[in-house]
Amino acid sequence: MFEEGAIFNELLLERLNYFIYVILLLIGLYAMISKNNLIKKLIGMSIFQTAIILFFVSLGVKEGATVPIYKAEHDPHGHAVSHDANDTEVDAGVVHSPQALKQGQVAQYANPLPHVLMLTAIVVGVATLGLALALTQRIFQGYGTVEEDELLVKLEREDARKSVSPLKAKVSTPKKTKTTKAKGSASHKKSVKPNPKASKTTSKRTSSPKKKS
Amino acid sequence: MMDATPVKDVVGSMDLMAPWIVNDIRPLLAFLVPWIGMIGIIWAGEKRPNVRETFTFIAAIAQATIVCSMIPLVLNGAIIEFQVWQIFTNVPLLLRVDGAGLLFACVASILWIATSLYAIGYMRGLHEHAQTRFYSYFALSLSATMGVAFSANLLTIYFFYEMLSVSTFPLVTHMQDKEARTGGRTYLGYLLFTSLCLLLPALSWCYVWLDGGAVTMDFLTDTGKVSFFSQTTQITLLALFTFGFAKAGLMPLHSWLPGAMVAPTPVSALLHAVAVVKVGVFCVYRVYSDIFGIEVLQSLDGEDWMIGLACATILISSLIALSQDNLKRRLAFSTIGQLGYVILGATLATDLGLGGSLLHIAMHACGKITLFFCAGAIFVATGKKYVSQLRGLGRKMPFTMGAFMIGSLSVIGLPPLGGFVSKWYLALGALDRDMIWVVVVLLISSLLNVFYLLPVAVTAFFRPEEEEDGKSGIQEAPWPCVVPLTLTAIGCFILFFLSGPLLTLAGITR
Amino acid sequence: MTENAIAWIFIFPLFGSVACAILGLWKRSWCYPISVFCMIGSTWAGIETLMQAMDSSAGEVSYILGGWVLDLYPRGVGIEFRADLLGALIVLVVLGVGLIVTIYSKLPVQEETPNKEAIFYPLFLLQITGLAGISLTGDAFNLYVLIEVAALTGYGLIAIGSNRAAAAAFNYVILGTIGASLYLLGVGYLYIKTGTLNMVGICEVIEANGLQDSATMQVAFALVGLGILIKMAFFPFHAWLPNSYCHAPTTTSSLLAPLVTKVMIYVMIRMVLTVFGVDFSFESTLWTQVLPWLVVIAIVSAAVMALAQREIKRMLAYLIVAEVGYMVGGVWIYNYYGLIGSIFHVISDACMTLCLFLGAGLILRKAKTTHFDGLRGLFSKMPFTMFGFFVGGFSIIGLPPTCGFFSKWYLITGGMVAQRWEYMVVLMFSTMVMVVLFFRLIERIHLAVSESGENLGHGHGDLGLTKEQTKFDEGPWSMVLPLAVAACIVLVIGIYNQDVVNQIERFLEPFNLPKGTGRP
Repeated sequence: MFEEGAIFNELLLERLNYFIYVILLLIGLYAMISKNNLIKKLIGMSIFQTAIILFFVSLGVKEGATVPIYKAEHDPHGHAVSHDANDTEVDAGVVHSPQALKQGQVAQYANPLPHVLMLTAIVVGVATLGLALALTQRIFQGYGTVEEDELLVKLEREDARKSVSPLKAKVSTPKKTKTTKAKGSASHKKSVKPNPKASKTTSKRTSSPKKKS
Repeated sequence: MMDATPVKDVVGSMDLMAPWIVNDIRPLLAFLVPWIGMIGIIWAGEKRPNVRETFTFIAAIAQATIVCSMIPLVLNGAIIEFQVWQIFTNVPLLLRVDGAGLLFACVASILWIATSLYAIGYMRGLHEHAQTRFYSYFALSLSATMGVAFSANLLTIYFFYEMLSVSTFPLVTHMQDKEARTGGRTYLGYLLFTSLCLLLPALSWCYVWLDGGAVTMDFLTDTGKVSFFSQTTQITLLALFTFGFAKAGLMPLHSWLPGAMVAPTPVSALLHAVAVVKVGVFCVYRVYSDIFGIEVLQSLDGEDWMIGLACATILISSLIALSQDNLKRRLAFSTIGQLGYVILGATLATDLGLGGSLLHIAMHACGKITLFFCAGAIFVATGKKYVSQLRGLGRKMPFTMGAFMIGSLSVIGLPPLGGFVSKWYLALGALDRDMIWVVVVLLISSLLNVFYLLPVAVTAFFRPEEEEDGKSGIQEAPWPCVVPLTLTAIGCFILFFLSGPLLTLAGITR
Repeated sequence: MTENAIAWIFIFPLFGSVACAILGLWKRSWCYPISVFCMIGSTWAGIETLMQAMDSSAGEVSYILGGWVLDLYPRGVGIEFRADLLGALIVLVVLGVGLIVTIYSKLPVQEETPNKEAIFYPLFLLQITGLAGISLTGDAFNLYVLIEVAALTGYGLIAIGSNRAAAAAFNYVILGTIGASLYLLGVGYLYIKTGTLNMVGICEVIEANGLQDSATMQVAFALVGLGILIKMAFFPFHAWLPNSYCHAPTTTSSLLAPLVTKVMIYVMIRMVLTVFGVDFSFESTLWTQVLPWLVVIAIVSAAVMALAQREIKRMLAYLIVAEVGYMVGGVWIYNYYGLIGSIFHVISDACMTLCLFLGAGLILRKAKTTHFDGLRGLFSKMPFTMFGFFVGGFSIIGLPPTCGFFSKWYLITGGMVAQRWEYMVVLMFSTMVMVVLFFRLIERIHLAVSESGENLGHGHGDLGLTKEQTKFDEGPWSMVLPLAVAACIVLVIGIYNQDVVNQIERFLEPFNLPKGTGRP
């Protein structure tokens, strides 16, 4: 059945778009999961989303087809080309209602739907990226780093400080306050003030594109 | 293998003598009265202790009155029903008063009056904390007990069973120390584990495979409906139900009971005599007599194992009780043994055995509550907890120790005390099934009862005090403690002489 | 107005959020009343929709945006909102929870995120719009967009609290995006194969063309399923959830915790039943064999992790993960009762989680800590709050007559009928874990059992607490009242469970799920 190179043909040439999207997808996933830098993670996220967009767009591609606007010869309401005898419905149909195209005619148009969907997906992607960047900004303001390992250490320290039992905290209060002052004060003062700004940008970025979509 | 023919027969006979059903709100009232009492108790609070205790009393007396007012009707053969809510398509939340339920409800509600009085003496005598909480949960658990007594189907009984578990938990942990915490955790762990992990599957098993529970769950419809299942399934279901109601204290699921001894004595009395354990055995009784039914049980293969288990519980717990020095712990193991009697009666699956087990619920309640009241009174008066400390106490507390003697004799089962009647019918039930060895077990265990109960009274009366502290004469506990225990001791006599109506309620005589 | 009830569900919060954003710029205090008004209107529309769905013979109402016609085969052009009984029930839960949390939000928002009302409320209302949209949309791609609307606003709502919350939200963004994108990919494959995006249309095409054995469909199903599992925080993918809910502001966690995971489970049920169809989902894929075992792992690990927590909010977060396992299991044991249980659990779990988180918010406000050790004797201080909290706890344990009992009842029944003993056992196990968790809390909060173990009983009468600690000091009514309402709802849904279950049964009727009435 398969001649020499048929599998190669089938996999690489006919379905090259799928290949590329899968590779991009995996690159993105890899970056999101294993990169240490938060910004790099976001780059991975963008690649990931772009791969999906590529996939969808390539679905709608059809060679030699055109945008789905009635070609003159296909327009049922204009100077219609005369059709088969049994096509009375179209002729007698209401003048301004949409009409289904015939089998042969359909082949000349590309399917617009996947592309239209991707417009929305791009908007969503932009919103996500904007939001994520705003979050990164806040993380940097709060903890002074965008490296995940350093961030995790700081977060753990903060959590441990917060989740101490109130009973134990009472016993060892003098110690605790000293350590918090020494470690936390520098980052704390910085972090408190810019909060409102950062969150404002966050919310604006998040809310505006969604209304469009 | 098991065709539906026996079921049909029963259906036929049921049609012949259709039950006389009366719709009445009284069962619901008996359930709701403690709630109203509880609201009053909380409203009065710690600042007005007298008002608070009055509310407890009013609730207890009102409940007992309502319950007792149903006796004439039920003795005449009526069945009182009240449908609260249609909770599943075929299974309503239904309250129903029949002989067995009424017997249990009477015992519980009348003993609540005694316990309330006793609790006042005990709690005030010891200046306990959080008494409002104590009284409110006490009322709540009595409400749940009424619910169990008047339940008409398995689902309803399960609801109230769980309500009782939760509402007694604060009572068990009342002391709020480490010991109480451990005891409470054991208590709740055992009860919720069994009810959620054993009982619930058994219930939904019945629900799914038998017409949405319409047939299986109701106690009044023909018994023997589980014969639909294969033998293996039946015995599995039986085991799930028997162990699922862990309040019945059947070994090996009994250890919560001694653990719960950390509670104040009125609670122990409530747990062991009135509400909790009795609810457990009552539920087991319901399952055996009204879900499985005599015919199915007698032809069930593994059912002998259940009888053996009940007998083992009786003997082993009596032996353990022998070695306990702490008075309350000794009584706790005694309770486990006595509960074994009730379960034994149910597993015997004869009319007399089932009736005997129902009677034993009442008889043992009266005897055991006396014993616990005495143990508490001794603690209030002298602070003594151990049997070995009781020397010479009989002279100082004659009423208390006298009542203890009577209670012991009743639990042992000597005439003319209530305990004799129930043991008699249990033995008759065993003979009906030609099980001589069960009668032997009953005799041995009575002997063991003598060994672990009588020495307490004997020590108190006949052995002189080790060191005279100079004070002689009567040093009883405060009167609210002594009066109830005297009354319940007298009650043990009364139950013997008034056993006629009890026999009717228990279904032994018509 | 009533015939467009479905549209009103969205119009109220959507325009409300715009109004909040604009009017809030110069008068922040207007945001709260606007939001409450919008949610009341929206909830009314939700009730109206449910009524219409119940009254209609097919048990569903459809609303087509822009008046497109969907008669052509394959059904597919135009945006459709369909409220069948399931969707209408879920949307009512979403809106009800939304309304309660909105009323509750007055003080927490002012205190925890001062001067940010004009940001908070628009996001909040958009979140509800998104969640309500997810439960009503009849279009697979719109579902993706709405999932993202809900997710994006969710990130914002979480991060608004503190820098710590922002760090937690970052993980959520990454995982959430992966989940949603996988879903989108799956929709792509579905579109390749069926040529339509309308859910009913997809189902019709699959049945008409016999696509059950197609490998592409398998890929589509796997991608959609995986994406949804990530979004619903199913066990190995749960990492984002505990931190996000734990550090988020009170109002946010009270809104997200009851709804987000539950709505995603609803999406799974919708995909399985009405999009891919019962035949394909259960018969043609291996998921029925694999997933129950994953559920076992998920529930056990989540329950054990919940046991290890010492903070209420974190513990509750892990409980949610365990509950997700319940519901996923209920679907994949492939059984009539299991699905009833699953759907009913979505509803009841939303209500009880709401109770618990509202209670936790009040505790946090009063006790300044949610660590277990800081809660001793809190019952005498704020009895109403703690009562509501305990009702939620009892419901999670599954004690009657709360709604949690009934949903668990159906799940257990389903496990039994399908003879999935492993699922039953694990349900029992996690029930016992929850008993431990909540009675450990009750010991501290209500009974004030002392940690040191010294006897505080005889003669003290003061529980070993200071006067300050035991004085009656209930939270503000604007917070306690919503909690009380939530607790009542938990009880009422429990008592009236038959009415809810009847609707679920009516919805499930056409799917011919196995009921297993053979004799064991």
